[in-house]
Amino acid sequence: MSDNEVAQGRSAGADMAGAFESSGGHGPTPPSQITGHYSADNPDMVQFVDADGNRLGITEANEPYSCIVEEMTSQDARTIYRDLVLVRRIDAEGHALQRQGELGLWPSLLGQEAAQVGAGRALRPQDYAFPGYREHGVAWCRGVPPENLFGMFRGVNNGGWDSNANNFHLYTIVIGNQMLHGTGYAMGVKADGAVGTGDPDRDTAVMAFTGDGGTAQGDYNEALVFASVTAAPIVFFIQNNQWAISEPNDKQFTIPPYQRSRGFGIPGVLVDGNDPLATYAVCKAALDRARAGEGPTLIEAYTYRMGAHTTSDDPTKYRSDAEVEIWREKDPIKRMRGFMEEKGHADAEFFAAVDVEADEIAARIREACQTMHDPDPVTMFDNIYVEEHPVVAAERAEFQAYQASFVEEGSH
Amino acid sequence: MAGSKLTLAKGLNAGLRRAMEEDPKVVLMGEDVGKLGGVFRITEGLQKDFGEDRVIDTPLAESGIVGTAVGLALRGYRPVVEIQFDGFVYPAFDQIVSQVAKMHARSLGNLRVPMVIRIPCGGGIGAVEHHSESNEAYFAHTAGLRVVSCSNAADAYWMIQQAIQTDDPVIFFEPKRRYHERGQVEVDRDAGADLGLYESRVVREGTDATLLCYGPMVKTCLQAADAAAEEGRSLEVIDLRTLSPLDLPAILDSVRKTGHAIVVHEAQTFVGLGAEIATLIQQEAFYHLEAPVLRVGGYNIPYPPSRHEEHFLPDLDRVLDAVDRSLEY
Ligand SMILES: Cc1ncc(C[n+]2csc(CCOP(=O)(O)OP(=O)(O)O)c2C)c(N)n1
Repeated sequence: MSDNEVAQGRSAGADMAGAFESSGGHGPTPPSQITGHYSADNPDMVQFVDADGNRLGITEANEPYSCIVEEMTSQDARTIYRDLVLVRRIDAEGHALQRQGELGLWPSLLGQEAAQVGAGRALRPQDYAFPGYREHGVAWCRGVPPENLFGMFRGVNNGGWDSNANNFHLYTIVIGNQMLHGTGYAMGVKADGAVGTGDPDRDTAVMAFTGDGGTAQGDYNEALVFASVTAAPIVFFIQNNQWAISEPNDKQFTIPPYQRSRGFGIPGVLVDGNDPLATYAVCKAALDRARAGEGPTLIEAYTYRMGAHTTSDDPTKYRSDAEVEIWREKDPIKRMRGFMEEKGHADAEFFAAVDVEADEIAARIREACQTMHDPDPVTMFDNIYVEEHPVVAAERAEFQAYQASFVEEGSH
Repeated sequence: MAGSKLTLAKGLNAGLRRAMEEDPKVVLMGEDVGKLGGVFRITEGLQKDFGEDRVIDTPLAESGIVGTAVGLALRGYRPVVEIQFDGFVYPAFDQIVSQVAKMHARSLGNLRVPMVIRIPCGGGIGAVEHHSESNEAYFAHTAGLRVVSCSNAADAYWMIQQAIQTDDPVIFFEPKRRYHERGQVEVDRDAGADLGLYESRVVREGTDATLLCYGPMVKTCLQAADAAAEEGRSLEVIDLRTLSPLDLPAILDSVRKTGHAIVVHEAQTFVGLGAEIATLIQQEAFYHLEAPVLRVGGYNIPYPPSRHEEHFLPDLDRVLDAVDRSLEY
């Protein structure tokens, strides 16, 4: 989005209806009704550092969170920086492995590292995350081994990690479904009395993730209703990366999600999704609120998907290079590093060591992916039901006998 | 009291009550299930006794009801969800087939979503559209779901408890036009159900032909068998009870004995459960058959306006007509 487009969007508000009428489906696309909400000077946007990492002053929007940022130590900053770099590298490896034929598909998170790491680091061990399919950075922060994510995209399983080991649910492909799972889980947390006890190891919150496109889905909207009326301890985290495959924000909504949440009775926060300090701070505050038993919050992280939707997508068909370039300037890692250098949170040695670690992780997960075995085909009959099911049992036996017949004939 | 005469509706209510008493993780959810006790009063009095946290009046959002039940199940609860009427399960269809059915498999067995989705089903009550459908085939077609259908008060009482105890998700069909029919129910605490949830029952023994039916059609088939007996024909009637998995051995035993099979259900016959049952019978018992397996079901049209439903729904005469055709071979 160029500044020019932003300006158009803002000035066009008044005669929007006219623009719609005259376009009649054939005329020029009406100027966006919503881009104005996301301009840099939107007073609602929570931000702590500028594009170069300079600490911004106190504003009405960031003031409630500034104490969280003030309390962050150099070590906290280094943890976040390391996560950002490693997550980017894991993502790049996923992309490369797909290009080399090792994975069938990869949905890249490039550009969204700050949103995900901020959210991921604000979660506590007992909290539970319900992701979509692009939350590799949250998975990383939860301790899910990155190579486990690959199994799904390689096609050896439909989710190769134990959700309960790290309280990170399986990826969910049907857009929006997981918003309800998170809400129901949070209703259970509340029914268990695991909120508002004041015990930091006991009080629990849930975070559910979806994209800007996901906010149009029925399940998303139903989840907001359920969470609101049950005061469930959940934080809805919307990564507004501005594109749902080829469809921009103005095909999904005319009022941004962070404002629309109020119509559901849920406070909404708009945060600069490329600012890791800001995403961490707003997530921490919202999760604390949920854990205290004060109910749900919706966070909209305004960010950008730098890559394609997935490796099957061709973004040149629907967006301009110029738009991508504008967002390259807002790179979250550059920003975090600038901030740390300015504050003296780390030295060159630290930054170099993180790069080395990234290389090591990349090599490790590459090897894990390449040596990942296809499961024995008979396992596709496993776990369909908890209890034995005669149809599955019969078909398993039939399949095994059929396979065995090839072995006997010596054709394997 | 060891046994008493209850309606099917009260049998369900008593079964739910007992399940809730025995397991504090059992929660009921749905539209109007609390104060009102559900539009059919199946949950009547339960909120009063178990509280609003265990009998949850939900927003009017079916996908939301089933989707949040998934989350509750993941947290260790055993939700029993009420869909108000058969025709309103479709907004939740996505959650049921995409998530409920697949969660265990795609988690490689790590996750379970034990839940019961109760659906009042079928027609015959003169209702407005979307209140009379039989959509069991959609769910029976979906791997990962179990589908059962009760037909009488005793089964209602026991089957609902068994379904709640099952670790797999169960779609539980209740024949709404039989809700008010009474039957003897042994509610003795120690008396277990005499049948497993996935077993069918021979409700009337006979030798000339087998009627395979479930839910609301069990009564219709029993009436047909009575009428046939007056003409000297002996019909065996099997209440399938379980639709997925089918209790195939019981079906085959009977068909091998009689050589004639007629499947009776309210749902449209095209790609319905009868088609599956007929195929399985001809695959497994071909040489025992003395006639093709016949189906009696709804016509392949949307459920008609209620003034026509008596023509749509299989009745005693249509069943007997099929028996005639089968025995004429
Ligand atoms: C119910 C459903 N419809 C369509 C799709 C296909 N699809 C996959 S991702 C996607 C776009 C989602 O956009 P958004 O929610 O903004 O998330 P993003 O991919 O940008 O992270 C679509 C249409 C799907 N997965 N699920």
